[in-house]
Amino acid sequence: MARTMFEKIWARHVVAEGPGGQTLLYIDRHLLHEGSTPAFVRLARAGRRVRRPDLCAATADHYVQTSPGAPAPDAEIRTMIERLGAHTQQQGIVLFGQGDARRGIVHVIGPEQGLTLPGMLLVCGDSHTATHGALGALAFGIGSSEVEHVLATQTLWQRKPKTMRITVDGRLGPGVGAKDVILAIIAHISAAGGVGHALEYAGSTFRAMSMAERMTVCNMSIEAGARCGMVAPDETTYAYIDGRPFAPAGEAWTRAVTNWKTLPSDADAAFDRQVKMDAATIAPTVTWGTSPQDALPITARVPDPAAAAAGRRESLERALAYMGLTAGTPLTDVRVDRVFIGSCTNSRLEDLRAAAAVAKGRRAVVPAWIVPGSGLVKAAAEREGLDRIFREAGFDWREAGCSMCVGMNGETAREGERVASTSNRNFEGRQGKGARTHLMSPAMAAAAAVTGRLTDVRELS
Amino acid sequence: MPQPFRHLSAAAVPIDLPNVDTDRVIPARFLRKPQGSPGYETFLFHDVRFDAAGAERPEFVLNQPGFREAKIVVAAENFGCGSSREAAVWALAAYGIRAVIAPSLGDIFHGNCGKNGVLAVTLPADVVAGLRRQLHARPGAALTVDLETQTVTAPDGAVHRFEIDPFRKQMLLSGQDDIGLTLGYESRIAAYEAGHRAAPPWLSAQDV
Repeated sequence: MARTMFEKIWARHVVAEGPGGQTLLYIDRHLLHEGSTPAFVRLARAGRRVRRPDLCAATADHYVQTSPGAPAPDAEIRTMIERLGAHTQQQGIVLFGQGDARRGIVHVIGPEQGLTLPGMLLVCGDSHTATHGALGALAFGIGSSEVEHVLATQTLWQRKPKTMRITVDGRLGPGVGAKDVILAIIAHISAAGGVGHALEYAGSTFRAMSMAERMTVCNMSIEAGARCGMVAPDETTYAYIDGRPFAPAGEAWTRAVTNWKTLPSDADAAFDRQVKMDAATIAPTVTWGTSPQDALPITARVPDPAAAAAGRRESLERALAYMGLTAGTPLTDVRVDRVFIGSCTNSRLEDLRAAAAVAKGRRAVVPAWIVPGSGLVKAAAEREGLDRIFREAGFDWREAGCSMCVGMNGETAREGERVASTSNRNFEGRQGKGARTHLMSPAMAAAAAVTGRLTDVRELS
Repeated sequence: MPQPFRHLSAAAVPIDLPNVDTDRVIPARFLRKPQGSPGYETFLFHDVRFDAAGAERPEFVLNQPGFREAKIVVAAENFGCGSSREAAVWALAAYGIRAVIAPSLGDIFHGNCGKNGVLAVTLPADVVAGLRRQLHARPGAALTVDLETQTVTAPDGAVHRFEIDPFRKQMLLSGQDDIGLTLGYESRIAAYEAGHRAAPPWLSAQDV
């Protein structure tokens, strides 16, 4: 029977069919970070040990300071990082900790190290784990209790989700990239559109994307409500993985690729839901509200709540009030106070290149941070001279970490500040209490930095 | 061990905004506080519930008479979307919330509820909107949630049956820790691993 890629990977990981339609699944890779601490504590309290430390890998990202050499502002933040070090050491888990050049955002370093491979079932106590689906892995975020469950048993109970294929065909226009595609998809299917579904991104637009671009797309599956989103592995995937530290090599590599080629969905596989979009209709996109679904082409105006459906009016009004925006204002008239280029969505070398291409020879007129996704991304960018381009343009070149995406490490925007951000969430307070976030691509964020307002990057070239 | 959930008759609070994300339920700066630390219940909805001086915002529904004592949240679409932070459920539970009713819930949040003895119920959007209307009209009115019979009884007496995953239902009724359950599958896990060790190491899985 024809099967989807999701169904094939799921079937490979079934340990047992359990009660009430739940399935016990085996976990190939468990990624950990500072937020995993409560799970380690409960595990120890219950007198349990990590069953398969060899299948775990950890990094410090959520709580690290990205200002070079800066100490954490408070003891609790330092403690979060220290505890990760202590727990991983006690349990014999590999840690990319502070001082390790390989340290970085968990969803950047998994693929970078070859820890994420096609066909795997990978979990992490972080909702952006869907990122790893870009390599043809089944990858999803889990809660703290589930982290503890995986540590103790290397398995998880799950109910099989429905499947949804999102097909985008055609070539993207100038100035349009992966971030615009995923924002357009979320705006189209809504922030709840993917609830209960495993997504597969298919079509010529994704086939033409680099791995970094595919990761940007899969990363934001959760903003469409889906725990996982994936792209079938192909030659682009294999070329990306080949030679990475934890990837198979030699004869094992050949066997692995042969196996991975069996993963893509069968031609006649059935999906529970299908969505189709045309790449040519996607413009450089920005968010104006407080949900990632509040996205519009940069050429649009701030929407008018009065024109919205009755059920939607109140939340629109609330979003505009929080964002300090007036209905009807052209988006390109919206001034920004600060720019953040980074996060597990957009902090890879290709993202930094796209931002640098805009920044080159120009000057940031608002504070603008560049936070590379890993120590290795940072080093690679420096070898290309991107750091020099950014510094000369007045951007702040920082260390790797989650930084201003996540609002828990002390690196936040001030109340009322408007941030042009390449991160993934424009929720109220996400980048700091009262901070206002506009999501966009690295090129668009760099354009906002040099003009001080939301800007159509196509007009800068 | 989570507290078992069987039957609850209690005041309920309506939250009308769709897509309430877990950053709103508990802002990220509180995530470094251990679960159960003093004042944990004040982290719930902190930045929409309190002003900069720490005073209650009277416009926030949980600060209004009749709703403060709520043990049930009746929410709108996609409640608990966004971050996987289980602290969102810990904060709800610390406040005393034992059940969340919504047309749809964030998938990760939905799972996290059950692990902490909080019952997550999904009902059709029009039914849930009707519940919220009744609660607004009669602040403090009680809802009854019965897990055994899978029913929600509205203030107007109407009984709405809900579907729930039988596994989740059993875990909630018993208050069982699912790690304990899984350890009963040890031989199956070991057998899977034995097959998996024979397979190429990168696969970490049996081919089927």
